[in-house]
Amino acid sequence: MTRRPLARHALRALSLAAALGLWQLLTSLNVDLWLRFSQFPTVTDVARTFADRLSGPDYWTDLTDSLTRILTGFVLAAVLGVAAGVLVASSRLAEDLLGPVLEVVRPIPAIALVPVAILLFPSNEQGIVFITFTAAFFPVLVSTRHAVRALTPVWEEAVRTMGGGRWRVLGSVVLPGALPGIFGGLSVGIGVSWICVISAEMISGQYGVGYRTWQDYTVVNYAGVLVGMVTIGVLGWVTSTAVELLGRRLTRWLPRTSYVPAARPVRRVRDTGAAAPATSTTKEEAPHDQLV
Amino acid sequence: MTSSSDVRPASRTGAGLSLHGAVLGRPGAPVLDAVDLDVAPGEILTVVGPSGCGKSTLLRTLAGLLSPLAGTAGQDGNPLTGPSADRALIFQEDALLPWRTLRTNVELPLAIRGLPRSERRAQAESWLDRVGLTDHARQLPHRVSGGQRQRAQLARALAGAPRAVLMDEPFGALDAQTRAGMQDLLVEVLHGTGATVVFVTHDVDEALFLGDRVALLGNGRLTAVRDVPRPRDRTAHDDPARVALRRDVLSSLGT
Repeated sequence: MTRRPLARHALRALSLAAALGLWQLLTSLNVDLWLRFSQFPTVTDVARTFADRLSGPDYWTDLTDSLTRILTGFVLAAVLGVAAGVLVASSRLAEDLLGPVLEVVRPIPAIALVPVAILLFPSNEQGIVFITFTAAFFPVLVSTRHAVRALTPVWEEAVRTMGGGRWRVLGSVVLPGALPGIFGGLSVGIGVSWICVISAEMISGQYGVGYRTWQDYTVVNYAGVLVGMVTIGVLGWVTSTAVELLGRRLTRWLPRTSYVPAARPVRRVRDTGAAAPATSTTKEEAPHDQLV
Repeated sequence: MTSSSDVRPASRTGAGLSLHGAVLGRPGAPVLDAVDLDVAPGEILTVVGPSGCGKSTLLRTLAGLLSPLAGTAGQDGNPLTGPSADRALIFQEDALLPWRTLRTNVELPLAIRGLPRSERRAQAESWLDRVGLTDHARQLPHRVSGGQRQRAQLARALAGAPRAVLMDEPFGALDAQTRAGMQDLLVEVLHGTGATVVFVTHDVDEALFLGDRVALLGNGRLTAVRDVPRPRDRTAHDDPARVALRRDVLSSLGT
């Protein structure tokens, strides 16, 4: 309950270290208890391979290739997903025209679109971006549509009775009001696009973390496979966290309940004493002036 | 005063609003029939009636958010074609945008009018000052009380320099003391704007205190419009004319 941030970080590091220690112990002792750890590379093997890779040029090419693919696909999905979601939620015509097609395509796992991508696109590169895009597009579309439909009607009425037109309603009410919901979709989207970029690279890539991991597997370089998996894990975590932080930054106006971890700093500010709160909350809310 | 849009005469004239032979409601669900009402420029008309009698519908029609199902709704003799900055609407529920601070909320109608940023800010601050919210200008709506939010809504509506202000039970959710304070503030702030006011309430005393005239709604019709004696005095409970009017209004509403 009253643990300090430092203590919590220490606990987290300890948990990670314990997992690595267990791994090292099981693999170096060649434990074979139904699960066979004798074939599995040890932590030190993986670390050595990792160090070798880091000094070579291919690792960084793989990394930047994968990142370029996922960012291109994801940004396209974010922009088009939000646009399509707003359109479908606010226009019956758009819903009738786009709805059926979207609903039929949506259940198809993006990775099952690999043959389509190969047929459609002249280069593998574009195909991978297409698959990454498709993976993130639908979660963004669906959450945007829901968020726009759930907006409080008086916000729009208020803006219209101030003389605001359609675009003003879109810019000042619909987009900022739907932002919390949109970010829910973006968080899901970045996760699935990461899964899909890796899978697509395994099938049809040249360079890329997924491609390298699969290559290592085919030449029985298990330590290399583990390096690839760690890289995938870390990059996935970094990209998801980036989206999460951006979302929190842009939706700080949301009234948060005290049991949400993100609300903790605010609560601490209030707890510190009688003099501080007024000024510190004012400061904290100042950045919202820039929103919209 | 650089752009042409922000040049407004110091004392604007209020808009004259009218409904003639109007049937009001949503398509397929009329709630008010045969409404004939003329609101004179600059007057405060209060509208009372029981819940669900169509008070909000009347107001939304005058705002231009709803079209009359039959008959006409007009401003200064011209039919309404939709919502306009001329007629601001103030809601009972919290209609401030929750991601904007009180000040940037008040700036919104000024931004829509195309005022430059510094001008917007200065005007918004002066309106917030007039409703006593200077100290809360940088707070988000959910950080202030219900009464303060309604004051901010009032500032936001008036900042747009409307010629008519349509108020939908704006103080309905407030406690009695805050409510009386808000009524005084409203009278004070409106003074000099020249704006016509249509104020909907279910509280007869509020209607009689604020209104120059009181319109009574009931049974799907506008049943009567009564003049209210002046000057405004919350304590003149024993004034015979007022007592008679109050009794008359209450009996017309069937209470």
